[in-house]
Amino acid sequence: MAHAETHDPNTPLEYRSETGRLNILGFWIFLGAEVALFATLFATYMVLTHRIADGPALGELFEVKSLLIQTFLLLTSSFTCGLAVHEMRRHNVKGLMLWMIITLGLGLGFLYFEIQEFLHFIHEGANIGTSAAWSGFFVLVGTHGAHVTFGIFWVTMVLIQVAKRGLTPATSAKVFITSLYWHFLDVVWIFIFTAVYLMGMVMHHG
Amino acid sequence: MKWDEFFVTGDPMIYGADVSIVLTMVGILFYLTRYKKWKWLWTEWLTTVDHKKLGIMYIVSAVLMLFRGGVDALLMRTQLAVPEAKFLDSQHYNEIFTTHGTIMIIFMAMPFLIGIINVVVPLQIGARDVAYPYLNAVSFWTFFIGAMLFNISFVIGGSPSAGWTSYMPLASNELSPGPGQNYYLWGLQIAGIGTLLTGINFLVTILKMRAPGMTLFRMPMFTWSSLVTMVIIIFAFPILTVALALMSFDRLFGSHFFTLQGEGMDMLWANLFWLWGHPEVYIVILPAFGIFSEIISTFSKKTLFGYKAMIWSMLLIAGYSFLVWVHHFFTMGSGAAVNSVFSITTMAIGIPTGVKIFNWLFTMYRGKIQFTTPMLWSLGFIVNFVVGGVTGVMLAMAAADYQYHNTYFLVSHFHYVLIAGTVFGCFAGLIYWYPKMFGYKLNERIGKWVFWLFTIGFNVCFMPQYFLGLDGMPRRVYTYSEESGWGPLNMVSTLGGFMMGIAFLVLVYNMYYSFRFAKRETTGDAWGGRTLEWSTPSAMPPFYNFAKIPEVTGLDHFWRQKQAGKVEKLTAKDIKKIHMPSNSGVPFIMGSFFFVLGFGFVFDWIWMAFLGGIGVIGTLIYRSFEYDDGYYVSVEEVLETEKISK
Amino acid sequence: MANKTAANGHGGFPWKHLIGFLLSIVLTLVALWVALETDLSLTWILIIIFGFAFLQAALQLLMFMHLTENSTSTKLTGRVQVGNILFAAFVAIVIVVGSVWVMTAGHAKHDKHDEPKTENHGEHGGEEKSEEHGSH
Repeated sequence: MAHAETHDPNTPLEYRSETGRLNILGFWIFLGAEVALFATLFATYMVLTHRIADGPALGELFEVKSLLIQTFLLLTSSFTCGLAVHEMRRHNVKGLMLWMIITLGLGLGFLYFEIQEFLHFIHEGANIGTSAAWSGFFVLVGTHGAHVTFGIFWVTMVLIQVAKRGLTPATSAKVFITSLYWHFLDVVWIFIFTAVYLMGMVMHHG
Repeated sequence: MKWDEFFVTGDPMIYGADVSIVLTMVGILFYLTRYKKWKWLWTEWLTTVDHKKLGIMYIVSAVLMLFRGGVDALLMRTQLAVPEAKFLDSQHYNEIFTTHGTIMIIFMAMPFLIGIINVVVPLQIGARDVAYPYLNAVSFWTFFIGAMLFNISFVIGGSPSAGWTSYMPLASNELSPGPGQNYYLWGLQIAGIGTLLTGINFLVTILKMRAPGMTLFRMPMFTWSSLVTMVIIIFAFPILTVALALMSFDRLFGSHFFTLQGEGMDMLWANLFWLWGHPEVYIVILPAFGIFSEIISTFSKKTLFGYKAMIWSMLLIAGYSFLVWVHHFFTMGSGAAVNSVFSITTMAIGIPTGVKIFNWLFTMYRGKIQFTTPMLWSLGFIVNFVVGGVTGVMLAMAAADYQYHNTYFLVSHFHYVLIAGTVFGCFAGLIYWYPKMFGYKLNERIGKWVFWLFTIGFNVCFMPQYFLGLDGMPRRVYTYSEESGWGPLNMVSTLGGFMMGIAFLVLVYNMYYSFRFAKRETTGDAWGGRTLEWSTPSAMPPFYNFAKIPEVTGLDHFWRQKQAGKVEKLTAKDIKKIHMPSNSGVPFIMGSFFFVLGFGFVFDWIWMAFLGGIGVIGTLIYRSFEYDDGYYVSVEEVLETEKISK
Repeated sequence: MANKTAANGHGGFPWKHLIGFLLSIVLTLVALWVALETDLSLTWILIIIFGFAFLQAALQLLMFMHLTENSTSTKLTGRVQVGNILFAAFVAIVIVVGSVWVMTAGHAKHDKHDEPKTENHGEHGGEEKSEEHGSH
């Protein structure tokens, strides 16, 4: 098209087609919208965080151990996802697949511990209908969890396409976009870690 | 659920609507079958990814919604014409002002403008299509399905009645039981997805698809206004998405975000709603500003005065629009500090808007003005919009707002900005670009009748409402007493409303009349335009828009070329094969699944919502595995379309 | 920095990723320690842990996500990406800080009935009157 230009062979595959370039930029902008979406959930949570009605306080049920496990699983998965893209840029399909599958495994592990934690809270008498504060908690953290779940399916889908078609400008753009998505979920988690868990525990104990 | 709960029963007007809906459906089916149009409908429209056709479909839907919303308005005005009228009962009145507001903002104003943006922006920047044509079709179908879902509420299940703002706790399960409020939640949610995707699509289109030489500061003003609008859409719509989802959770799953129980916070809904709602105001006004800028410049035969000032003021508005939302609920009582800050930001946002008024005035100054109908609408806009703007500044003062709040003063204010701004803009843009869409102009003589009928009717309708408001008449009351003394002004207002209704009918008649009798345009430049959309050789650009992508050397490139007598003529050697995206039926099918999903949630039939959701995900997966790179239009076909001999 | 194209920085050992990862872990642990193990005032704790959160978000964006990378030889995409994220951060802060401020200031605060009334009512005298004018 109008903007097609010649690239030196060093240009990563994902930027070589016009569609790839457009899609990657578009996805960045979509992430901006996601920031606004999560910001609204954070705002809701922060406004409601002390409104616990007859239910338990948030910080009362948070546990450092579970929090750290989840955080490290997701942090590491973001790192391995970055390595996968690094390998992709070296045209190493095997490396890409390996690191991405490890990423997926870590993501699944994160989900497992998150669900365990949710079940634990529900067992302790805190569910979405307990109080405004817990509604805010479950929907904010749950939306992040739903994103991770969606991400696992999406990455799997893209990996199947890479396995079938190899690395092309089209498939590599897809891998790159899913990697942006995955890293972004870690960015959101950083703020959940801080605004929900750390603040909740500080407010409760401190 | 029994059938008589599923269908709305008991009101003769609703039965009339039932009959007319069925008759229209039968009529359409008969027409399509009789004239063998099914295949045409499918290949030319339902599966299209052409931005011009999608734009036309947006505009047609918006005009239909304008009719629906307008009928709602006239029903309200009829009820209010005299004191203690018995035309509508209170519940019915509540439903009608709710659907009127929601439809006019979400399903009329926005799609009308997005439709014009769809048709015009790619042409103005010299592109063959948008960045993501397939996604553009998804946007349209999710909007359309959302609109349909919302609209069927008045015959199936019952309409929402908590106002277009749907404040809690009024919109809660306890006070608004039944499917009505769910229609609001899911209709808006589904349409909102489409709007967000449009935002991303057109932002990337404008940033990345411009013709060579068209730097950002050489873009036409309408393209600029669209760009800024898209930025606001991208960051405002997710807020609405979340707010609607949270209210849905409250209604479906028993969470306590906005409820009175469980220490929920009803005013948090208002806060989130207006965090989206105020940027939304700018989403529906900025494109209109862009339209007026193009029209005033064209018919004054001058470059827009203060082009850069205009751009910077719009960019400022993009940021400011997120900083004023609390002025919608000063009376909540957040305290002097909060109200003062938002009072000041609200008054400050008037400044960049004021700058623009002067830009338009100075563009006309010493220009050779042609009083065509689009120009008349633009002039009418300046005069009437200023009235709305000035009363807006009055409302911005928090202390005074305690008096104006929830009265007809406010109602009149926002109709003065939304009708004189957005609706005038839509009409002006529709008439201005009509030859680009259909190959002929709307009749100018009838058009002037429409303008004067509508503008006079508009002032007769809404000017009295300022005084009714100052006299204390609250909004959203379904009737008032004789003693209040509000009867005469209300009668005047109603007469004005019907004048606007007549103007709308004349506009529709003009479409028919011009379709039959208007002279067909022979060139692409119907009005003596300045921007690239007028540079195509044929009146209606072919599906690939430009046989050869233009190269731009400055602002108003096409105009300056014409002035210098150097308009390039295409020759056979300029033509190369053209890459275009393929049509796809998937967006339409995805939209249909969204309907199933929304309808399921509306009636709390989770199995149905689940099936719809599976369908939506299925179409997403199908698309992911589909590697369709489009196709090439051969040189021969282009030559034939452009009527160039080898 | 903004000028670098995507062509740079691939091949070889992924130092950038490793450094980013290690810094993230350090920031996470220090934030946890500041929050739970120090005797700083609440305000300081919040400032520090949120400062770390934004820092760590920036790390992800720059070290892992190639935020400033341009897809073509022009600088457009990198600038758009950076501008987009900065505006997103602006909107996010407005939404969160604005909502918390608006919903907890003035008489909105009194909405919460069963909280022990420990806050100072003196400065809110003006708002009490507003209840009479409320839009009920």
